[in-house]
Amino acid sequence: MALGEPPSLIIICPGASFAAALRQRFHVLDFFSSGQSPEAFLAAAAAAVPGPPRAAVVWAGGPFRVDAAFLDAVPSLRCVISTAAGVDHIDLHECARRGVVVANSGNVYSTDVADHAVGMLVDVLRRVSAAERFVRHGLWPVQGGYPLGSKLGGKRVGIIGLGNIGSLIAKRLQAFGCVIYYNSRTSKDSVSYKYFPNVLDLASESDVLIVACTLNKETRHIVNKQVLEALGKDGVVINVGRGANVDEVDLVHALQEGKIAGAGLDVFQNEPKVPAQLLAMDNVVLTPHVAAQTSESRSDLCDHTIRNLEAFFAGKPLLTPVLP
Amino acid sequence: MESLGVLMLDPMDDYLKQELGRRFQLLRLWDAPPDRHDDFLRANAESIRAVVTGGGSGADAALIDALPGLEIIASYSVGVDRVDLPRCRERGIRVTNTPGVLTDDVADLAVGLAIAALRRIPQADRYLRAGQWKDNGDYPLTTRFSGKRVGIIGLGRIGLAIAKRGEGFDCPVSYYQRRDLAHANYTYYPTVVELARNSDVLVVACSLNEQSRRIVDREVIEALGPRGVLVNIGRGGHVDEPELVSALVDGRLGGAGLDVYADEPDVPEALMALDNVVLAPHMGSGSLETRTAMADLVLGNLEAHVLKKPLLTPVV
Repeated sequence: MALGEPPSLIIICPGASFAAALRQRFHVLDFFSSGQSPEAFLAAAAAAVPGPPRAAVVWAGGPFRVDAAFLDAVPSLRCVISTAAGVDHIDLHECARRGVVVANSGNVYSTDVADHAVGMLVDVLRRVSAAERFVRHGLWPVQGGYPLGSKLGGKRVGIIGLGNIGSLIAKRLQAFGCVIYYNSRTSKDSVSYKYFPNVLDLASESDVLIVACTLNKETRHIVNKQVLEALGKDGVVINVGRGANVDEVDLVHALQEGKIAGAGLDVFQNEPKVPAQLLAMDNVVLTPHVAAQTSESRSDLCDHTIRNLEAFFAGKPLLTPVLP
Repeated sequence: MESLGVLMLDPMDDYLKQELGRRFQLLRLWDAPPDRHDDFLRANAESIRAVVTGGGSGADAALIDALPGLEIIASYSVGVDRVDLPRCRERGIRVTNTPGVLTDDVADLAVGLAIAALRRIPQADRYLRAGQWKDNGDYPLTTRFSGKRVGIIGLGRIGLAIAKRGEGFDCPVSYYQRRDLAHANYTYYPTVVELARNSDVLVVACSLNEQSRRIVDREVIEALGPRGVLVNIGRGGHVDEPELVSALVDGRLGGAGLDVYADEPDVPEALMALDNVVLAPHMGSGSLETRTAMADLVLGNLEAHVLKKPLLTPVV
C-alpha cells in the first residue's frame, strides 16, 4: 500500500453514520452498501486494490461469524473489532491461532446500561410506568390514588456481575440509600460491598437482584426457579444482561404465582418475542433492548472504534483488547 | 390519653384512619354527603379540637372559622400551601406537617421521572406491549441521563437529596433559591431563568407560596429549551400549566416528568396526548414505608399536643 493512503478496512455493521465517520479516516469496504452476498463481498475485499484490508469491524448483533472460513476468505486480516462488549460472534481460538488481534467496545455502553437499570428499578418499585398507564386511561379521577409502591432506601440490592456496568449501578444506587451486595466470578478487594460466592445465597439475602453479567456457559440461566424462590415474594429482578441469563419460563411462573413481587426486563430469550403472560402484568416493566441505545453511546462507539483502529494501524496496542 | 375530638377531612390512608379512631374521638367528614358538610361541621363544632388534613385538602378560612374549638391542624403532607396559615396564626391554632420522612421517596421519584423522561422508559414499555418491537423494529435512540446538567429550584431537604442522587450519575448540579448557600459542590444561580438556561433537567423542589407561584413561566420554559426536561415534584401551582402544555406541543420544551398538576386529579387532555411526557398521579411520597412514617408523625404531633409537650414538626 502506498504511503499516505488511508489504510483499508472492512466494515460489517448497519448504520450509515458509522460508515461515514470511518470513511473520513480510512478506505472503507462496507458490506451493507455493497449489495453483494457475504461470500462475494469477502472475496472482493481480499482482492481489493491498492491493498486488501488488514482490519475488520464486525457488528455483534448480526448473523456474521468471524470464523475460520471468514479468516481464510480474507487472509490479510490481522485485526477484528467488535461493535459490542461481547465477542460471541468471533472465534477467538481461530484468531489466536492466526495471531489476529481482537478488540471490543470496552465501556462505551456501560453508563447508559447502568442508568437504564436504575431507571427500571425505580419504575418497578415505585410503579412509574403502571401509574402512567393509570393516568392515561383516565382512572385517577375515578379510582383515587394509585396503589402504594415500595421505598428504595434500605433495600438490599444483589448485583450479579460486578464488572463496569455492575459497579456503575452500585455507585448510583448507593446514593439512593440502597445496600449493595454482589456475586462475581471472584471477589473484588477494591470494593466494600459484601461478596456472595454463589447467586442462591445472594438471592436469599437480597430484596432486589440485578443481572449485569455477560452471557457464557456459567451464567446461562443463572437466575432460575431456585434463585427466584430464594429471592422471595417481595423480591424484584432487573435484567440488563442477556435474556438467557434468566430462565424465562421460571421467571414467568414465579411472577404468575406471586413468588416474586415484580421485574424490570430489557432483554428476553427470543427477541423480539416477549412471553404474552408478561404483557398483561402491571408489576413488570418491559423495554425492547434499549439499555445501551442512546445517541451518545452511538457516537462514543464510533470514537472508540476509530481509536482502536488508529492504534492498530500505527502498530500500537489496542485500547480494549480481548486478544491477546 | 384524653378524648381529643379529631376531624379527618378525607380517607387519605387506612392505617392513619384506624389509629386516629383507636386513639382519639374520630369524626370523618366524608360520612356526610358533600352538600351536608356545613351542617356536619355545625353539629360537631364544639367537640372538634383537631383537624387532620392532606396536602390537597388543606384547611381554608371557612373551615377554620366554622370550628371555634380548633387548636391544631395536622397535615399528612409536607406541603401546607392549602392551609390558611395567617388565619391559624391569628387564632393561635398550631399547624404541623410531615417533613423529613418523605424526603427520600420524593427525591427518588424526581430522579426516576428524569430518567424515565430522558430514556423514555414508559414509552418504550408501551411500544413493546403494543407489539411494535415485532412489527416496527427497534425503538428509536434516546439521550443519556448521566452527566446531564441538573438544575434544582429550592435546595431544601428534598432538593439536597435530589442533588446527592444526581452526583451518583456525575450530573453537574446547580440550584436557585432566595439564599445562596455557597455549597461546595453545587453552583448557585441568582435567577430561575439563568438556572434554566444552564440546565438540561430542571427540577421543581421548593415549597409553594406567593413568591414561588408560577415560578416556572414561559421565559423559564423557553430558557430550558427544546432539549430540556422539566421535572415537577413540587406543586402544580409552581408551573404555568397552559404555557407548559403549549411549549411541549410546539417542541419549545423537550419533555417533562410530572407528579403534580394545577387541578388534581384532572390532567389536561393536551398533556395526555403527548408522547414526550411522563405523567404520575401525585405519588411522590407513595411508598408503604413512607406513608406509615407520615401517619406516625401526624399521630405523634397530636399526642404531643394533648400531653402539652413540644410539637414534633410544627409549621405554626
